[in-house]
Amino acid sequence: MAAVRGLHARRQRRLNVFRYVVFTVFGLFFLLPLLAMLRFSLEGSTGGSWSLSAWGQIASYAGPPPLLSGVEITLELAVITCLVMLVLLVPTVIWVRLRVRWMTRLIEALCLLPLTIPAIVLVVGLAPIYRVLRQQFSLSALQLFWVYVILALPYAYRALAAGLEGVDVKTLSEAARSLGAGWTTVIWRVIVPNMRQGVLNAMLLTGALVLGEFTIAYLLLYTNLQVTLFAVSRGTPNAGVLFSTSSAALLFAFVLLLILSYVGRRNGRQSERSKVSK
Amino acid sequence: MTGVEVSLRGLHRRYGPVVALDGLDLTLAPGELVALLGPSGCGKTTTLRLLAGLEDADGGQVAVGGTDITHVPSNKRDMGMVFQAYSLFPHMTVRDNVAFGLKLRRVGRTERERRAMEMLELVGLTEQAGRYAHQLSGGQQQRVALARALAISPKVLLLDEPLSALDAKVRAQLRDEIRRIQLEVGTTTLFVTHDQEEALAIADRVGVMRDGHIEQLGTPTDIYSRPATSFVAEFVGLTNRLAGTVTGGSVNVRGCVLPLADPATPDGQATVLVRPEAVTVSQSGPITGTVIAVTFLGASSRITVDLGDTTVLAQLPTSDATALPAGSAVALTIRPDPVLVA
Repeated sequence: MAAVRGLHARRQRRLNVFRYVVFTVFGLFFLLPLLAMLRFSLEGSTGGSWSLSAWGQIASYAGPPPLLSGVEITLELAVITCLVMLVLLVPTVIWVRLRVRWMTRLIEALCLLPLTIPAIVLVVGLAPIYRVLRQQFSLSALQLFWVYVILALPYAYRALAAGLEGVDVKTLSEAARSLGAGWTTVIWRVIVPNMRQGVLNAMLLTGALVLGEFTIAYLLLYTNLQVTLFAVSRGTPNAGVLFSTSSAALLFAFVLLLILSYVGRRNGRQSERSKVSK
Repeated sequence: MTGVEVSLRGLHRRYGPVVALDGLDLTLAPGELVALLGPSGCGKTTTLRLLAGLEDADGGQVAVGGTDITHVPSNKRDMGMVFQAYSLFPHMTVRDNVAFGLKLRRVGRTERERRAMEMLELVGLTEQAGRYAHQLSGGQQQRVALARALAISPKVLLLDEPLSALDAKVRAQLRDEIRRIQLEVGTTTLFVTHDQEEALAIADRVGVMRDGHIEQLGTPTDIYSRPATSFVAEFVGLTNRLAGTVTGGSVNVRGCVLPLADPATPDGQATVLVRPEAVTVSQSGPITGTVIAVTFLGASSRITVDLGDTTVLAQLPTSDATALPAGSAVALTIRPDPVLVA
């Protein structure tokens, strides 16, 4: 018995060492470039000196385009893209699982397709469409949500499909139908609440994509946060601004996603607690 | 609440080349509980799903209370259903699950809560009203599912092997509870199972299905004691297959003359089906053999007797069977009940 316990303890120790090594290696892999970026953004004009001037230039930047409007438009784009993506994709994923399971591979392939197309190719294809959109409808950068929904499809699809894995969609929907629920009720009031984590993950990934998108907005001549930050760094001879704007963009997205994630999870826990104490 | 008549007429359903239902006819009287029993793939679950509207029939008619509902979608049929798999909505409490159907019918909150608690009281789970499905045992989940199905006062209650995922003791308890509740509320009920004991214990009538049609529909006693076909006889309960000679409406099996269920059976050699409880041990029976195994079943025991060219099962009171350990020589006789030819 003691020998078995000793064997288990040795295995556990080896596993712990392996975990720490993996954690450290990956931690360094992700942290080092970020720390280097931060260091360059804080470098002064003379060698060995430190300065916050690169960060100060972001705060004092007056445009055009104004920084605040870049933040505003990006946040609005993130919200619209998330909503459109959910309205399009959630019923589709559930419907495919329920009624046309044989189409799963086809839908998956279609949703993953944008991953294989480089942004520049997308822009070339979309430019004529956006020219029409500009002429006929609006000049607003909010029009970018069309292409962002397409870009977010692969990530959102995978997150939703994974969220649906643990749900017995067929039985739950049949139970709800037998109780008198229409398909809309089945999807939004029975299935979606049970794939909450998948929906939250899809929203986080979509949000992250929109917050960090630069290429398409820039090439289609729209201004979002990333394009504004690029304008900030380009309008100054201080090379440190390039790094401070990149760090600021990263921080902005990181903090926003952290808040979203925290709020989403807290709401989930609260609604469960309130139901228990009802 | 009083039940309604349910009528299934000439139902056909195919899955590719497989015929699941081949012109099935079945009528359930108001308030009756009919159990459909049969081996896997016989079409019993398909029948229930067609009645629930979860699948479409290729042909035939479904009528409830005299109204044709063949093309009515499942959410408009007013049928309560309990599934084989646990089907409680995981994000809702037990109370919310039971009240879900009432909420869809726009019943006021107070009335909804009252009715949900009334149903939970019916299944003995008022204490668990605030819990979630994952905090309940399998038996409790199925009881809540039953309460949820009954809360909407359905015209018909459909039970799709609701006990098959439960252990034996809980299964027997819940089976009796379902019957008690069904008699109390009087809802016409279709119960699908592959467990013959369950079907015979719970139903007013049992329909034994085979290859997409009902082979025999009758009371549990009829099905067991007077099976219409050899398939029913062999599927429901244990049966000995013994060789005999048919002469003029009776059959001679190893010296025992037995009447035939079908007197028109032509004379000649035949295999007849004999229930183990019709085989009795006697001092001077015409059949002799050696006991090779004794199976204890509680109040009764089953002995397997080697007759040389075949074996035969006999069911006896345990007190008699204890005197016959393996290796004992026994004499047997067969009670002259009408028998079927295989």
